[in-house]
Amino acid sequence: MPHLSTDVLVIGAGGAGMYAAIAAAQLGVSVLLVDKGQVGRGGATIMAQMTVAVALGEQEPDSIALHLEDTLKAGRGLCNEKLSALLCENGPKRIREMGQWGTRWARENGHIKQEMAPGHSVKRCCYVDFLNTGPAVAATLRRKVSEMPAIRRVSNLAAVDILVSEGQAHGAIALNLTGGELVTIQAKAVILAAGGLTKLYERNSAAANMGGEAYALALWAGAELIDMEFVQFFPIGHLAPRLVGMDPIMWDPFRYKLGGKMLNGKLEEFIDRYGSTDFGKYNATRDIAAYAILKEVEAGRGTPHGGAYLDFRHISEAQLRGAFGPVIDRLLANGIDLTKTPVEVGPMAHYHMGGIRVDVNMETRIKGLYAAGEAVGGANGANRLSGNAITEAFVFGERAGACAAEKVKRLESIWHEGAARESIEQFGHSRNVHSAGTTRPIASQAELQKLMWEGAGPFRTGGKLRAALERIMQMQRELSGLNIGVEQRFNLDLQDWFELRAMLATAEAVVKSALARTESRGAHQREDFPASDNALLKNQVLRLKDEQLATTWHDPVRLKESDSPHG
Amino acid sequence: MAEPSRKTALLHVRRGAAGEVGHYDDFEVPYEEGLSVLDALRWIRTYRDSSLAIRYSCINANACKTCLALVNGEVEYTCIARLLPGVVTVEPLPKRPLIRDLVTDIVPDDENL
Repeated sequence: MPHLSTDVLVIGAGGAGMYAAIAAAQLGVSVLLVDKGQVGRGGATIMAQMTVAVALGEQEPDSIALHLEDTLKAGRGLCNEKLSALLCENGPKRIREMGQWGTRWARENGHIKQEMAPGHSVKRCCYVDFLNTGPAVAATLRRKVSEMPAIRRVSNLAAVDILVSEGQAHGAIALNLTGGELVTIQAKAVILAAGGLTKLYERNSAAANMGGEAYALALWAGAELIDMEFVQFFPIGHLAPRLVGMDPIMWDPFRYKLGGKMLNGKLEEFIDRYGSTDFGKYNATRDIAAYAILKEVEAGRGTPHGGAYLDFRHISEAQLRGAFGPVIDRLLANGIDLTKTPVEVGPMAHYHMGGIRVDVNMETRIKGLYAAGEAVGGANGANRLSGNAITEAFVFGERAGACAAEKVKRLESIWHEGAARESIEQFGHSRNVHSAGTTRPIASQAELQKLMWEGAGPFRTGGKLRAALERIMQMQRELSGLNIGVEQRFNLDLQDWFELRAMLATAEAVVKSALARTESRGAHQREDFPASDNALLKNQVLRLKDEQLATTWHDPVRLKESDSPHG
Repeated sequence: MAEPSRKTALLHVRRGAAGEVGHYDDFEVPYEEGLSVLDALRWIRTYRDSSLAIRYSCINANACKTCLALVNGEVEYTCIARLLPGVVTVEPLPKRPLIRDLVTDIVPDDENL
């Protein structure tokens, strides 16, 4: 069995993982950067056609304190304020650093151009034209990573278990998809940067490879998860007509740059009916917009594909082209002429506010186990401000990489062969005994996605959540009976099986947390508990105890006066 | 919802691993206007034959650039190649080392294990 050894293992090579690898390597330690897909080409970062929120103050006066205020307001009282402050304080540094490394932020009049986005009090969001932020920053980081000899990159290597002995993470077991074999990895520190859980949902805006593995790996390793009930549903994901070659969440910048109208199936503006002031301003926060659209659908006022219309017919072609240039042609190639027809949009799973519980050094309660990027929970509370996700990927990635590197300099490498053997034997068991089943893991994944959309989607009830939970637990028991194919190279059935195993663990965490939060707050909307309950102004923390999820409730981490950011 | 179309596309897909004698498998896939070839390949994996090896990540944003294959003899990103009713031949990239089915080794040399 192949064995790899490194100082710092980074799992997931999107924005956070690549930034972590760079930061660690800059401090002189060796890094192994692995990704289930191809390094720098998977995950959420590369899909982000949108904007990055940072208080640069270049477009108009802004401050870190104001960015933090907006972030905390969106978070509905549940943010870990220390993590939020870290995000806001370090964002400008990271964005300028990316500029030095070659990212061409859109500029005007000699400064970085910043746009308004929903929930922000000033023009704060920078981007790369045209709708190219994610691919551009991913390219910058890929180049930077490839220039650093201390970083070894491995593509198509999926971590399936973190090795922990005596409370210290010391490596991982991974599946080499290309060869089909398991690999052991020895590391002095492990950074989980494998993103969120959008793949759990039938309607989602993400890449194929984020099934909540980071959360499951953390749980199994003994770390804690926080705020798992808070899944963000992007309100205006593209539903119809079929659109290829574009990110389904591309419409937000269209809407706030040009003022697209949101109309229900009867062509009426409706968001104002749900306690926001969208009319003419187009800045309703995401949770309110998602709620409003689905309520209209429920009342029989939806569009043919179960969403709302987004209408730009009042905008001239010249204005459309001025703002989005070549994108207009890509839309026309898809048969979409915005001057003639509205498009259909609706909520889809987009981001996860919850995640792995870490301290300000991004370390979990397991020594040497860190998290970065979307995998981290807490910075965004009950709802994330638009534009904060890429900022978080860079800031937390850099922080995790630097902190892990500082720590491993003082550590001897340890290796417990027994822990590795135990983990591998467990997988071998499921594989040998049961590969004769008829159901394939990908079919179970499709079932789970439908179950989560219907049972734990944007609107939740106790009854639907309990039914979903019951089926999830049953599917966990059925895991060992699934057919994982014959041993061969690029066996996707086997990868699907490991993915499903993690998806089910994460789904259980989401649904149990959603059941226990008997109130509506931010992205968590309970139809049976429509109001917020001040008694629940607390974070739910999950941990495995005797192989069962155990929940505790904690007061949110608040900033002390002396911690307040400057500037 | 639009009326479900009764039209289908027939995917003629090259199978086999490096070193094996390859063959073609045919899959009938429901056709709807606007679908991509990748949509059809993913449909095959989910509902017909999950052992089909394909490579993709971003699904339809054409951002990850990993879903290249030969579609009717042309090198295309399968995520933006439109599915058309009738026969569509899908084969692995001819100038890259074959791994299995439609997957070739497109990973930079220093990123392989």
